[in-house]
Amino acid sequence: MGNVTFKKGIHPPTNKEHTAALSIEKLPLPAQVVLPLGQHIGAPAEPLVKVGDEVATGQMIAEANGMVSVPLHASISGKVVAIEPRPHVCGHPVPAIVIESNGADRLSPDLKALENLEARSAAEIRDLMKAAGLVGMGGAAFPTHVKYCPPEGKQVDYVLLNGAECEPFLTCDHRLMVEKADDVLLGLQAFMKAVGAPQGVIGVEANKPDAIAALQKAAVGLPVTILPLQVKYPQGEEKMLIYAATRRVVPSGALPIEVGVIVNNVATAAAFGRYLRQGLPLIERIITVTGAGVKNPKNLLVRIGTLVEDVINYCGGFTEPPGRIIMGGPMTGPAVYRLDIPVMKGTSGLVVQTRAEVDEPHVLPCIRCGKCVGVCPYNLLPNLLGDYAEHEKLEEAEKYGVFDCRECGACAYICPSRRPLLQLIKNSKQQITAARKKG
Amino acid sequence: MGLVVFALVPASIAAVYFFGRQALILIIASVVSAVLTEAVTLMLMKRPLTITDGSAVVTGLLLALTLPPTVPMWIPVVGSAFAIIFGKQIYGGLGFNPFNPALVGRAFLSASWPTLMLNWVWPEGSLGWTQQNAAAAAGVTADAVAGATALGLWRGGTTGIPYLQLYFGNIAGSLGETSALALLLGGLFLLACKIIDWRIPFGYLGTVALFAFLLGEDPLFHLLAGGLLLGAFFMATDYVTTPITPRGRLIFGIGCGFLTMLLRKFGGSPEGVCYSILLMNVTTPLLDRWTRPKRFGEVKANG
Repeated sequence: MGNVTFKKGIHPPTNKEHTAALSIEKLPLPAQVVLPLGQHIGAPAEPLVKVGDEVATGQMIAEANGMVSVPLHASISGKVVAIEPRPHVCGHPVPAIVIESNGADRLSPDLKALENLEARSAAEIRDLMKAAGLVGMGGAAFPTHVKYCPPEGKQVDYVLLNGAECEPFLTCDHRLMVEKADDVLLGLQAFMKAVGAPQGVIGVEANKPDAIAALQKAAVGLPVTILPLQVKYPQGEEKMLIYAATRRVVPSGALPIEVGVIVNNVATAAAFGRYLRQGLPLIERIITVTGAGVKNPKNLLVRIGTLVEDVINYCGGFTEPPGRIIMGGPMTGPAVYRLDIPVMKGTSGLVVQTRAEVDEPHVLPCIRCGKCVGVCPYNLLPNLLGDYAEHEKLEEAEKYGVFDCRECGACAYICPSRRPLLQLIKNSKQQITAARKKG
Repeated sequence: MGLVVFALVPASIAAVYFFGRQALILIIASVVSAVLTEAVTLMLMKRPLTITDGSAVVTGLLLALTLPPTVPMWIPVVGSAFAIIFGKQIYGGLGFNPFNPALVGRAFLSASWPTLMLNWVWPEGSLGWTQQNAAAAAGVTADAVAGATALGLWRGGTTGIPYLQLYFGNIAGSLGETSALALLLGGLFLLACKIIDWRIPFGYLGTVALFAFLLGEDPLFHLLAGGLLLGAFFMATDYVTTPITPRGRLIFGIGCGFLTMLLRKFGGSPEGVCYSILLMNVTTPLLDRWTRPKRFGEVKANG
């Protein structure tokens, strides 16, 4: 039949041809970076510096606040000009450290490469993940070191790296795998050592043969399999990826560790590999800037905290007044409403759409065609869930499994009545969670 | 919707070919009535005009195809209006109706004007088979069969209509049901374009064939006769009134098949498609609940 995959799903046009072959370009040092303290799930970091301090690139400027938290590092060298709420993609201002560049990009003297990975213990490696400020770079930004704390006695069989990049338009992971395969493998080996996993797997969609080849070359001699996956959305969704790669089903409400698997994005692994090699914490990442609304699409290596407007300007600016700017992929990424919003650890791309591409969908009632049922990888009934959300029947929504929904958007994509199923479902989940907190 | 109308074109052409100009008049009257009724109803209910979604056209066309060619023009006009108002708009319009609107209209007409709705004719020159083989041996004459459909004759004990005639369609019946060939062309087109779920026609037709066989009847005859093909491909596959789960759809098709054969064999009139589909429409919410798919990773509560 071809490559492994999961059941159902959709095949949106990939739109990756605009940037798939473009090598990673380095964005010149921005004049200013805005670094939100909470770029991850969990407690935001606590500032260690104050306004007026000089900082160096890679210096820790905020420390982790508790277990589920990571430190924050300066992504450029310069002066701290503000520590205050700044605009954020979530829709309201969020506390951030603002650094004005001194143009020197002076590296912090604290940085040092890690020698002798072999001799390090699992706990040491975990601490290094935290020290590197490592979070899930696939978008969810979950503190990585927390993932590598399996419950007592739980055997981890696989560390699975997500190189699927199933979102249309995005090619940042693709280029990373082609150009930085060694870093990916180094990070993966460290991850495996952290939990004693005997086998590593990197799942890559089959539309990236050059990435597969590059990874295979880098993985020679290692207990790592490079696994081609069928091109389908949402192949990169965590549980679907696990199912495709190992045929294991993660139970509803449980984490992958339940079936002995830990999943991370390839970029997270590469960032850790880089940290081990050079001592440089997570201060920059690759993003894909693309879409008909931007003049020169690129795969850019940008410093965390660079503002969207600086990124777009470097790419030639807008082709016309934009219709929508999506931070991330078009299926799951939020739209930004202003340009002075920073790129963060979990930002994978900027998709700029023209006015013409952004239509106001004419929403019709559900005609019960069942197409949404036919694509939902979780076997949910999205039309019913959307209906319950619309009429605030929250108990029924929970009963019908709304919390199993991974918000991939396949249902909304396929609906002929253009119903905003994803938004409705997200809304109902928020309402249920809020009601739970109150009661 | 446009593709469904397109798929019904062969059957419509066959209707005009076999039954002449009156067929065309009835089709046009039915469609126009449906669209106008929907427009007027929506305006009176102060709802957005959605006649461009094509669903009223499909309802009008399907209703016309279930009518005998002999009915006066006001029959489809009244029937379509009833179908749109009481089969669709009072429930909230597209997406909210529990019953197939065209069949609601047809059932209304059959109940209100039974003699008009049972006035069948054979197309010109199509009664030649009465002089051949089994029919002639049974003493059947052209006059005796002139007013009955193939199924009506079957209930009365007369068999022997050549299969090819049943297949091509120069037999008596309602406008759209006679030509199996035309209906299959349209139905297979809809399947190929993945507009309808194969489980419904497959379940429906398969069950009819099976039950016909079990009841000692001729399966092929029952597949070709009556409104079965029209119903199985175009009515029982209506999205709004059928289950949304794959298993639910299969059960729906099977249920329709079972009821159709039951009604044909033991019911008051030798036709069962219309009522069996309407009855299965009633079970749709129940089937949806019974066939809810197991969620990925769902853990059964009694574990």
